[in-house]
Amino acid sequence: MNLNTCTAHELLDLLKQGKTSVGEIFSSLLTAIKTFDGTVNAYVRTARSTEAAPDAKVPIPVSIKDNINIEGWETTCSSKILKNYIAPYDATVIQKLRSAGIPILGHTNMDEFAFGSSTETSCYGPTRNPWDTSCVPGGSSGGSAAAVAAGEAIWALGSDTGGSIRQPAAFCGVVGLKPTYGRVSRYGLIAFASSLDQIGPLTKDVTDSALLMNIIAGHDTMDSTSAEVPVPDYTRALINDCKGLTIGIPKEYFIEGISTEVKEALEGAISVLKNKGARFIEVSLPHTEYAVSTYYIIAPAEASSNLARFDGVRFGLRVQPQKPRKSAIVDMYEETRDRGFGREAKRRVMLGTYVLSSGYYDAYYLRGQKVRTLIRRDFDTAFEHCDAILTPTTPTTAFKIGEKLNDPVSMYLSDIFTISANLSGIPAMSVPCGFSKSGLPIGFQICAKPFAEEMLFRIAYTYEQNTGWHKERPSLKAGGL
Amino acid sequence: MITNTDLQYISALARMSLAEEELKPMAEDLSSILDYIAQLQKLDVTDIKPTSHVLPLKNVYRDDSIKPSLTQEKALSFAISKAKGAFKVPQIVDN
Repeated sequence: MNLNTCTAHELLDLLKQGKTSVGEIFSSLLTAIKTFDGTVNAYVRTARSTEAAPDAKVPIPVSIKDNINIEGWETTCSSKILKNYIAPYDATVIQKLRSAGIPILGHTNMDEFAFGSSTETSCYGPTRNPWDTSCVPGGSSGGSAAAVAAGEAIWALGSDTGGSIRQPAAFCGVVGLKPTYGRVSRYGLIAFASSLDQIGPLTKDVTDSALLMNIIAGHDTMDSTSAEVPVPDYTRALINDCKGLTIGIPKEYFIEGISTEVKEALEGAISVLKNKGARFIEVSLPHTEYAVSTYYIIAPAEASSNLARFDGVRFGLRVQPQKPRKSAIVDMYEETRDRGFGREAKRRVMLGTYVLSSGYYDAYYLRGQKVRTLIRRDFDTAFEHCDAILTPTTPTTAFKIGEKLNDPVSMYLSDIFTISANLSGIPAMSVPCGFSKSGLPIGFQICAKPFAEEMLFRIAYTYEQNTGWHKERPSLKAGGL
Repeated sequence: MITNTDLQYISALARMSLAEEELKPMAEDLSSILDYIAQLQKLDVTDIKPTSHVLPLKNVYRDDSIKPSLTQEKALSFAISKAKGAFKVPQIVDN
């Protein structure tokens, strides 16, 4: 049996029965990484050995996106500007994982500073989709999604600012959850857009997602935006039945440009859930078409402010230009940031600085925040009539490497269905629901009211227990490219 | 349309110099993004309050008490350059 392709709950059962050990699990993962990561490039660094306490509750290794601080580990956001930065502390989620006895397996590849939807903007080179290595895994948590799909990880954490957990989950055929804003502490997550960022799990099935959420969710005094809402036992929401639930289908999500295969997979999912008792109604989210524009004002604005701290003063990269231009310190700032940031990071810093600058603030940033209010209200109104909203996660399956890299607007539009959940703060999950004819995974997205993650788990679990998509694994060839 | 003058102004604000060959593609990229987000101008947002964050949080208070935190030594352990217990930077003030 291949331990590395098992789910965490399957491994916990095997451990309980004495049929395997933590050491065996760890070495099966290291073997998989050695065999496949030359091709997939999901990891930027891995642990050499792992020690789990003998009495650990959940000693199943986890992989972590490269923007979450792990004490003593280089943590770089896959950017040149943070190379050689060694985190002096653990993020709150890492402390929580350690308390549960979960060993850390490695840091996974990502778009630089999480700016991207394809994991192509990493300074470590692109990650490849395990289902078709000529395609992107999605992004920005593409390393985490690809590692889980390829059996190079049992489960993983990512971060989601506009779809960065859900879109790669859909492209790689795994389960990805963006929790409610404030549900999981952001302390130690290197900030991209502070009003949108959330950490969440990428897992092989819904049960593992619930298990990981039980560990990472909760209030944290170190993050003043974390919510003081009690954390339920999410595994109790794993109910194989949707009787009495009303699920909304937003008419605005069936746009031109959505692939027929995605649409058919979604219709299949609706019929499975209907058979298990769910009632479907049409709902309206009239401001959907403005979500991407709103996001590309608010997210770069917050990013340009957050990235101001990477200036060569304290740690990471420092470059002094050879010829003096302004003053020694300003020259150092400007040269360090020019050399340290990649093309997409520069685009976002420039765009964010522009929309916040004097004379443009009202026309762009303030207007964007007002449209954000309209998008939130759409969801409030829709949830008066339904318990959850079902949509495609993405308009198409994974695209080819290089296809959208030089066309930012086309790249941004691949997040058209996921962005609204971040703007309105609601929880949303992507669940595998089939494959295209060419063998690429398709996912649906389920959204619920703030702090109603249990609703997502129930609907997703019902779907999963009545289908078999989550058991499919890609067949990767060994070796490099 | 974003001009080179705009780019110079924004990059100075962002403390990020751009090489000569970066200017044209950056102007094109920013212009295409701004063209796309111009669609927001057609919405009527009169009397709509802006959303800066989604949680119903106001001020978050805590006791003003000393808790364990990073030591000076640890905070400086991976500094690019340090002197006398502080981060060292290029000269800021003229002699």
